[in-house]
Amino acid sequence: MDEAVAVVAEQIRAAAAERQPLRVRAGGSKDFYGNTPRGTVLDPRAARGIISYEPTELALTVRCGTPLAELEAALDAHGQMLAFEPPHYGETATIGGCIGSGLAGPRRASAGYSFGGVRDFVLGAKLLDGRAQLLSFGGMVMKNVAGYDVARLLAGSLGVLGVIIEVSLKVVPKHKVESTLRFAMNETAALNQLNAWGGQPLPLSASAWHMDTLFVRLSGSTSAVEAAAARLGGQAIDPGVAAQFWHGLREQTDPFFSGDLPLWRLSVPSPAAAVELGTDQLVEWGGALRWIRSTRSTAEIRARAHSLGGHATLFRGGDRTQGVFTPLAPGIAAIHQRLRAQFDPAGIFDSGRMYPQGQNANHAR
Amino acid sequence: MNQSIGVDLERQRQVVTALRTVLPESCVLFREEDTRPYECDGLTLYRQVPMAVALPDRESQVAQVLKLCHAMQVPVVPRGAGTGLSGSALPHAGGVLLSMAKFNRILEIDRDARTATVQPGVRNLAISEAAAPHRLYYAPDPSSQIACTIGGNVAENSGGVHCLKYGLTVHNVMRVRALTVAGEVVEFGGRALDSPGLDLLAVIVGSEGMLAVTTEVTVKLVPMPQLARCIMASFAEVTDACHAVAALIAAGIIPAGLEMLDQAASRLVEPFAHAGYDLDAAAVLLCESDGTPEEVSDEIEHMSAVLRRSHATRVQVSNNESERLRFWAGRKNAFPAAGRAAPAYYCMDGTIPRRHLAAMLLSIQAMERKYGLQCPNVFHAGDGNLHPLILFDDNDPDSVARAKQFGAEILEQTVQLGGTISGEHGVGVEKLDQMCLQFDRPTLDAFGAVKQAFDPSGLLNPGKVVPTLHRCGEYGKLRKHAGAAQFPELPRF
Repeated sequence: MDEAVAVVAEQIRAAAAERQPLRVRAGGSKDFYGNTPRGTVLDPRAARGIISYEPTELALTVRCGTPLAELEAALDAHGQMLAFEPPHYGETATIGGCIGSGLAGPRRASAGYSFGGVRDFVLGAKLLDGRAQLLSFGGMVMKNVAGYDVARLLAGSLGVLGVIIEVSLKVVPKHKVESTLRFAMNETAALNQLNAWGGQPLPLSASAWHMDTLFVRLSGSTSAVEAAAARLGGQAIDPGVAAQFWHGLREQTDPFFSGDLPLWRLSVPSPAAAVELGTDQLVEWGGALRWIRSTRSTAEIRARAHSLGGHATLFRGGDRTQGVFTPLAPGIAAIHQRLRAQFDPAGIFDSGRMYPQGQNANHAR
Repeated sequence: MNQSIGVDLERQRQVVTALRTVLPESCVLFREEDTRPYECDGLTLYRQVPMAVALPDRESQVAQVLKLCHAMQVPVVPRGAGTGLSGSALPHAGGVLLSMAKFNRILEIDRDARTATVQPGVRNLAISEAAAPHRLYYAPDPSSQIACTIGGNVAENSGGVHCLKYGLTVHNVMRVRALTVAGEVVEFGGRALDSPGLDLLAVIVGSEGMLAVTTEVTVKLVPMPQLARCIMASFAEVTDACHAVAALIAAGIIPAGLEMLDQAASRLVEPFAHAGYDLDAAAVLLCESDGTPEEVSDEIEHMSAVLRRSHATRVQVSNNESERLRFWAGRKNAFPAAGRAAPAYYCMDGTIPRRHLAAMLLSIQAMERKYGLQCPNVFHAGDGNLHPLILFDDNDPDSVARAKQFGAEILEQTVQLGGTISGEHGVGVEKLDQMCLQFDRPTLDAFGAVKQAFDPSGLLNPGKVVPTLHRCGEYGKLRKHAGAAQFPELPRF
């Protein structure tokens, strides 16, 4: 255990001895996300840097405190990328925060080899658990079924199982060509069209619908993108403008995301009907992600998401007193509770960011 | 008769009586002639007759079986088609073998959502067949896909020849409905692309039936490519073939499939499969492209150029679908071909960083001489996943012992090269010892903690995947003394 890791381990030990909650926070770019945490800030950024990166292995190992921008630049230099196009939400974003939050960007629902969320590209991880033990799960290889896949479980775990120190990721080649098309279409037509296209062998890599306009991005070889563009029709958008548009969606700097109205994230089956809560909304991921701006009650929005076969998260703003995440089913909550107790017996990683004390997971035994 | 295999007859009577209260008589097997067929899975080196076999056909029956076993403290081992290669479905002498074979219905093919919801006993290939009218298919294609079930695929996180581009089971399963060891229904994942809370689905996939019993699976379907073509490339040196693999990746290509056979493997399968492999080549590489006709045409040209630059001695491209399938027939039939060439074969499964492929093959050649056994190699070159096939004689105890030693040494080598002891076949009982090599004690204990969180009673498929402290200690001692005796008697087998 080198010094950077030892320092974090020591903080964990001290917190465990006093049963003081810790709040794992690196760059703070995603402070808005999750329930309001409590506890002493633990900043693991001293553990940083790319440990190994072999482009022909399509894999890299990186320490959690490495800035996401630095990592992406290193990949870019070899014509590779993180397939899940993670949002940064600020210049201070780190890879540790990216894994811990588990948030993916527009390419999440793409066709082909770049399909998948954060966890789909996690190959291995090192974790300091609640006893300050450095655990090493998975590995650096593409296929690995030795032991339970705890490394993937860490994606989106919001620090409840420990401090992610290091992660190994599968990376992919950048697509040679990207092209964005625009179509005038109402919501129902757009949802139908996206799902119909999704069932066809097309190089779709992102989609967005807002205010009766549908945007789709095609990515792949020149021939594949050209053939698909010719087939789909629509109006081609200037590549520079298109890149800005997708960046604005990924980083939520697009005007849709501005202002103080609560921002809800509804994750639903892609063919689910329109949300119809009478609010402004933006659809991504081929219909599987619906962003809505609404002051409607948490209960109403959750009920609607549930009826569509998905779940709702209060992403930014709004009344957060009822918890921002959809409560878990009792059986699942019980497993969460036991898993957390196993990794964190003193409860020091229970900052309340995922499920606050007294809500849901704590009902379980 | 049952006493001869060590069954506690009174206990067996109690358990069978209890099982018959929730299952029809014909669905509870306990006589040795009925339970014997369940004594092993695809790894026949390990055998154990279960105390009883339960054959439920609906979820409520499974729940009742689990509840009563839980109440009576009886271990339960779930089983699909029994094609697994690491002994994950090896029965427990004092336990109930829970066969999910009757859960063979496809519940729904949702064309719009591009999902299939099926029972766990549905065969892998049957899903693709059912989805075919919609021009969709289920991507992971383990070689055993005509027989293996999706429930078993979930348990093992099965791969296949197309997973470099399309992912493993974990990437293609959206939702698993399951029963806890206490018989309670839980759903992991869902029909959306993510779920609230911890991503427990990621852990369920590949958990070898130790965390929950799968009763329903929703998988992602993907559109059939318009066209697929395959290149068959020959190499005079194995190292050239290995470098070609790296060169393809470095060129920014993700082939739909990228497989290698060494000369011994080509010569093994050719008389059986008539695939047209170049038997003079030291290695044959199969490299597939799929997509639109324009895309495939460009990519095949690009791949061919890279392969020629990497000193391929022959580059042949499939001209039609039947030719493409013929190229693959050899690779996909490597295991049955091995079965024909020798009295028995032991299929290994490890993954290493691709850059060490050539070194690994040379090591295996040295081990062939050391153990006096042949070992053809077929592997998923694109993912660095090796499948050495150790040919041995299962009627000769000395040959069996050498085969096991050979296998163990290959696994140890994969760990040394920074790889893993299992790429896609699982740990089961087979690789318990090597788990001690790959992971330190705190990490092994963390696996135990995961098991404990899902199954506090420890009754679900006990004794698999996570080695005990004692076992690792014994294995450490054995390794220390391994130099002294050439083939020490190994109590762990």
